[in-house]
Amino acid sequence: MLAAVLLGFLFSLFLVFSGTYFRGKLAVLSSLIPLSLFVYFLSYLPEVSNGEVIYQSYEWIPSFGVNLSFTLDGLALLFALMITGVGSLVFLYTSAYLKDHKYLDRFYGYLSLFMAAMLGLVLSDNLMSMFIFWELTSISSFYLIGFNNDKADSRKSALVALGITGIGGLLLLGGAVLLGDVAGTYRISEMLSSREAIADSSSYLLILLLIFGAAFTKSAQFPFHFWLPGAMKAPTPVSTYLHSATMVKAGIYLLFRMTPVLNGGDIWHTILIIVGAVTMLYSAIHIIFRTDLKGILAYSTISALGILVFLIGIGTQAALVAAAVFIVVHALYKASLFLITGIIDHETGTRDITQLAGLRKVLMPVAIAGFIAALISGGVPPTLGFVGKDLIYEATLHYGGSAVLLTVLAILTKILLFYGGFLAGVKPFMGKLPEKYSKLHLPSPLMWVPPLLMTIAGIVFGIFPGLIETAIAKPIAMTQVIDYESFHLKLWHGFNTVLGLSAITITLGLVLYFALKPKHSLETAIAKLDVIAPKTLLLQLSTGFEKFSTLWTNFFQTGYLRHYLSTIVAFLIVLLGFLLFSDFSLNIDFNTLTELTIYELSILTMLLIGVLYTVFTKSRLAAVAALGVVGLSFSLLFLFYSAPDLAMTQFSVDTLTVILFVLVLYKLPKYLNLSDTKIRIKHGVLSISFGVLITLLILRVLGEPKNAEVSEYYAENAYKLAHGKNIVNVILVDFRGIDTMIEISVLIVAALGVFGLLKLRLKTRDKK
Amino acid sequence: MEIILAIITGVLYASGIYMILRRSMVKLILGIILLGNGVNLLIFLLGRITKGEPPIIDSTEKVLQGVYADPIPQALILTAIVISFGLQAFAIILVKRTYKVLKTDDLDQLNTTDEDS
Repeated sequence: MLAAVLLGFLFSLFLVFSGTYFRGKLAVLSSLIPLSLFVYFLSYLPEVSNGEVIYQSYEWIPSFGVNLSFTLDGLALLFALMITGVGSLVFLYTSAYLKDHKYLDRFYGYLSLFMAAMLGLVLSDNLMSMFIFWELTSISSFYLIGFNNDKADSRKSALVALGITGIGGLLLLGGAVLLGDVAGTYRISEMLSSREAIADSSSYLLILLLIFGAAFTKSAQFPFHFWLPGAMKAPTPVSTYLHSATMVKAGIYLLFRMTPVLNGGDIWHTILIIVGAVTMLYSAIHIIFRTDLKGILAYSTISALGILVFLIGIGTQAALVAAAVFIVVHALYKASLFLITGIIDHETGTRDITQLAGLRKVLMPVAIAGFIAALISGGVPPTLGFVGKDLIYEATLHYGGSAVLLTVLAILTKILLFYGGFLAGVKPFMGKLPEKYSKLHLPSPLMWVPPLLMTIAGIVFGIFPGLIETAIAKPIAMTQVIDYESFHLKLWHGFNTVLGLSAITITLGLVLYFALKPKHSLETAIAKLDVIAPKTLLLQLSTGFEKFSTLWTNFFQTGYLRHYLSTIVAFLIVLLGFLLFSDFSLNIDFNTLTELTIYELSILTMLLIGVLYTVFTKSRLAAVAALGVVGLSFSLLFLFYSAPDLAMTQFSVDTLTVILFVLVLYKLPKYLNLSDTKIRIKHGVLSISFGVLITLLILRVLGEPKNAEVSEYYAENAYKLAHGKNIVNVILVDFRGIDTMIEISVLIVAALGVFGLLKLRLKTRDKK
Repeated sequence: MEIILAIITGVLYASGIYMILRRSMVKLILGIILLGNGVNLLIFLLGRITKGEPPIIDSTEKVLQGVYADPIPQALILTAIVISFGLQAFAIILVKRTYKVLKTDDLDQLNTTDEDS
């Protein structure tokens, strides 16, 4: 399975080097990649439909518990088949749709990158690797949405989509880490056994919210839905593949996957049902106001995703089976409708529904596909859509107390979706053909065969629902539902409530289709409400955040060294001071202290005077001389306290510094006091408190016992191992010889710098 | 003695920080040197001070015996002194150079890049 996941990555890498060959006629060959993967996954179908779970694991970062482990169960197989199946058709379609496009190879590269990431996502058994693939889908989607990168619109949509799904990715990471922490493993299959522990843990709610956040952003749930209509700026194959059939279902997949693990309490059901219901109805209503074909499809996609979340929220076996079947139904009809829209756009140059009519006369096979797709979408028998719709009503009708409310919501949504499906699939082909379109020709079969194939599959599965039942529904129910009961999918249930509801839906949908005409005026009317749309609010939030960070940055990044330093020192004072005073005890044993003699006292006095003089003198030369005094006092101090090497080094270095200073001094301007008294006092207080703090810190440390283990080691081994008797020297040139060598090279670099600065001759241009 | 040294370290830190906060670049360098001395003294002090017992093995012995000053802080400080010399030398020349090109010693006039001015 690793090979299957990697194939797409390898292919996109391969295109980087040899892409030019794939821009022309060979482009169509690239669809062999998804096709072969489709066949590969299809070969697992018999095993998986028996309820077997195929598991493969490859070690990646075992120390973090992150492995490339893949599982193929019913759910993964459904998605894998969808990804590769729709993928094959989209790859085929693209070769004609973007024929002779300058960057066709790039497009295929992104597309196969996406496909590989998506496959990795649905096959991963490890939450961490799933997160990585999740992010990869967001990134590749960014490239695909912004494929027409010469248009500002596309770039902006791509950024918004990346922003929203990127935040979702972070939430997923947070959820995954917490979940891994509670469950003690990142493997989803192992998490099942610690279900109860997860439900009882204190972070259960947080985990739930993080996972929901990830799923809702990815699957465009209210109020994060707005990136999806924006993403329709992408070329149609992308909209088909990513934004209807696969990527947006990643969130659904995540919820599905987590159902057995997290489906512990009411909160799971409540949130999912509410969010799902709001999304499905909100965006279904939006369909009425759209005139762009892709806009209609985008909102009906969001609505369909809402239905899926809603069904997962209900969470009974019937609801989960309904969701699984609906995923297939939706992929079939929505992908077809998108491809059909692409053909219309490609041939007529417009997607405006008010402009399009009568195209059946010139694009007959496309019209057939569109009609069937509309039937599937509307749930008209004998298509799979009908089976799917019945299952949904079945699920809502049996959900306890709020069954009536949920059913009414589902019916309302379904009516509007019926309308949307007919609008996109039927309306452009009906009526009188406008003069300007009479010269249209049917495009290459590569374009119209894929949607036709998918719609025919929708009918075949509808007539023989047993195919879907054994291949998809049962394996999913077996792995995802805890108390599994046997069931059967049927096209015909006899005369019952569900059939009645179905009839109502179809009738009202047809009424709506004939009564309501899409108008531009409606679209402009709803645009007035944009002020309170989630999109506007969230974008305002992001600009607000940007402004805030600018303010914040400008506040701290003033460009004045003293501001930075004051901030750092003040922060240190607060932090260290707090620590020190919350636990301060001076337990210095005065008997162990070294005694004070007159020599030291005089040196220290000298040192102190030197320091104070350096600070307060008005003459620069005096300051430098005082600094020399400080350095020499230090030498003497080191000499007294058993550090002859230090004394020598300090002595020579200090002499050199003073000489260097004096050498450059005469070139410098007058030694001025540039700051005013107020600032000086402020800085004085700051530095004195820091000094006091350091003193206290030292006194505190002096009260602690000292660990001399390392020193003892050196004292014992200096002669034995390194044959040197001056231990400090031995440490520097032998034990830590390499460090000293690096130190010398630092000095050489500094010397080169000094030399360069002295010799540098600026050109007149640079001088100004 | 240790207590007085601790106070002196504090004085060095305070005066170092104070000087770094000045606007003049020469004072900035002086501040860095003072602060560097303060840090050296801090390290020296934390290794505990010992009078008149340098960590040198007697010519007749093979192992250091009895009381001796801790060699590790000394090795550290030695490195620090040398490195800070490199830093100081470079900084002093840099200030000289900056003044020669820009005719100013005031840090506040150096906080924009060429593009802004």
